[in-house]
Amino acid sequence: MSDPVVQLAYLVSTGLFIFALKWMNHPETARRAVLSGVAAMALAIIGTCLSPGLISSHFKYIALAAIIGTVIGVPLSWVPLTAVPQRTALSHAFGGLAAGLVGVAEFYKQHAEGGHALGRFETSALCAEVLLGFLTFTGSLMAAGKLQELKFIPSRPVTYKGQNVVNLSLLGIAVFCCVLLVIDGARFQHLFPVVVILALLFGVLLIIPIGGADMPTVISLLNSYAGLSAVAMGFVMGNKLLITAGALDGSSGLILSIIMCKAMNRSFANVLFGAFGKVQRAEAAAENKIIRSATPRDAAELMENASLVVIVPGYGMAVAQAQHRVREVYDQLTKRGIRVKFGIHPVAGRMPGHMNVLLAEADIPYEDLVEMDEINPEMPQCDICLVIGANDVVNPAARDNPKSPIYGMPIIEADKAKVILAVKRSMNPGFAGIENDLYYNEKTLMVFGDAKAVAGEIAKHLAGDSSE
Amino acid sequence: MSVLFVAGSALGAVLAAGADAVSPDASATAVSGAAVRAALHDAAASGVSLNEYVAMLFVFMLATFVGLDVIRRVSRLLHTPLMSLTNAISAVAVVGSILIAGGKHGEGWTWINTLGTVAIAASITNIVSGFLITDRMLKMFKKREEKKP
Repeated sequence: MSDPVVQLAYLVSTGLFIFALKWMNHPETARRAVLSGVAAMALAIIGTCLSPGLISSHFKYIALAAIIGTVIGVPLSWVPLTAVPQRTALSHAFGGLAAGLVGVAEFYKQHAEGGHALGRFETSALCAEVLLGFLTFTGSLMAAGKLQELKFIPSRPVTYKGQNVVNLSLLGIAVFCCVLLVIDGARFQHLFPVVVILALLFGVLLIIPIGGADMPTVISLLNSYAGLSAVAMGFVMGNKLLITAGALDGSSGLILSIIMCKAMNRSFANVLFGAFGKVQRAEAAAENKIIRSATPRDAAELMENASLVVIVPGYGMAVAQAQHRVREVYDQLTKRGIRVKFGIHPVAGRMPGHMNVLLAEADIPYEDLVEMDEINPEMPQCDICLVIGANDVVNPAARDNPKSPIYGMPIIEADKAKVILAVKRSMNPGFAGIENDLYYNEKTLMVFGDAKAVAGEIAKHLAGDSSE
Repeated sequence: MSVLFVAGSALGAVLAAGADAVSPDASATAVSGAAVRAALHDAAASGVSLNEYVAMLFVFMLATFVGLDVIRRVSRLLHTPLMSLTNAISAVAVVGSILIAGGKHGEGWTWINTLGTVAIAASITNIVSGFLITDRMLKMFKKREEKKP
């Protein structure tokens, strides 16, 4: 890797990658980030193609592979924004697959060339690359399947007795095989396929017990693994561009996972091994609690007289594709001079930032998308809090009830608002199966119905009233 | 957990590098520019010096710190596009895939080249779809002023 032109291309490429991430710090500069990233990637690819040692007759196959990748990639970028979590998981799978395959190729390449075994450093890195790559591959496929709600993959957590013991011992066996490979790669080379198979299996088993509410953390973690497998590839090949770009991706996934974990007051270990979302319902459901309900017309009338309305969206809004109807409500209210803000919980939706993208798609200016920590001090001044498709993230039990399974999780304090309007299809508990006290609060009015239909009705009543 | 993993693998790598340094064949390799260039497509097998390993770990450590610092400043509004952007960036694995697919591993085209080619297809898929969807999402983030009353 000493060719100066190639190395220089890699150096500039690394700098551009860092700028790309830096420009993501504000929506105004963010589109520059994509340009910078594209330039960096172009330099990396061109630089690599100029590397000495490549056989020119192989370039037609490389070009063919690139065309196939483009043909698959372009339609993947057209998915509706509600399907972005699945797409992201799927592309983590592609990333893991690429890293894993390169690792396998590296291993057998060395053994094919007269049995000149890899050094211990490279073998350690190669094992890490193959383990991370293949577990990311199957794990992400499972996650994508769960998010897409494919029938043959249960989207509810699947748990069984001794699950953690099974998973950890599988991982232990895989790591043990890796250690043997590092000690004597030539003698133990038949163990290499075992490592690959165990990594593939471990990826599946790791995701099976994870439920929808934990998907934001898991997707971030898989993002991190995809990056780290690229780092490991860089160590194997002695390529510093792979190391830096992979480390940038790895740290991004790590930070997002930490943010997600903090937003749920849980640890990594708890997310991965805790099997959240087991059925905990029916405890409080038997109690006779009073529910007050309202029609969309009542809701519209209440909102008309407000001066500050906070809308708290959740996954239900994404499922119902209600963001455009919510925008109509937003437009009607702002037209009357009513201040409307959106309170965005970090784990609302199925991936980090999911709600922001959906609302931005519906043309809501990003200044009105407010984070949890900034909206909470304003909640006591809020006249109407419209909860639409959100559940656990506004559950006051997380703050007040130490017995609640979500106790300690930071919430958007919807219950501090003067009136709460909760749009919900029925009184069934949310994904985590936890009863929500907010719905029994005496300030709460339930508006039953599909989020999209209800939001549409409210907007219609608001528009109708203004023309009268 | 991930922090532990990173720390653990870094430590393991250092130990492994140390072990290599005592084995004679690794340190015996002269790292002249020409030799490395000749052995470019299988640099790993040619036995790189201890300095090179440490340099790689340096790069990894510094890149991680830069990454953590830069990502911490990313607007929370943009976490979804950030993830699709880093997705495209991690598809830099295409570099390794090209080196494998285009390299010489025995006579003519081998199954190792085929593996590299599949890896290229997977990486290019991520690059293309990652950058395109990131741009598509970022286009949607608008300021209030831009809206016509």
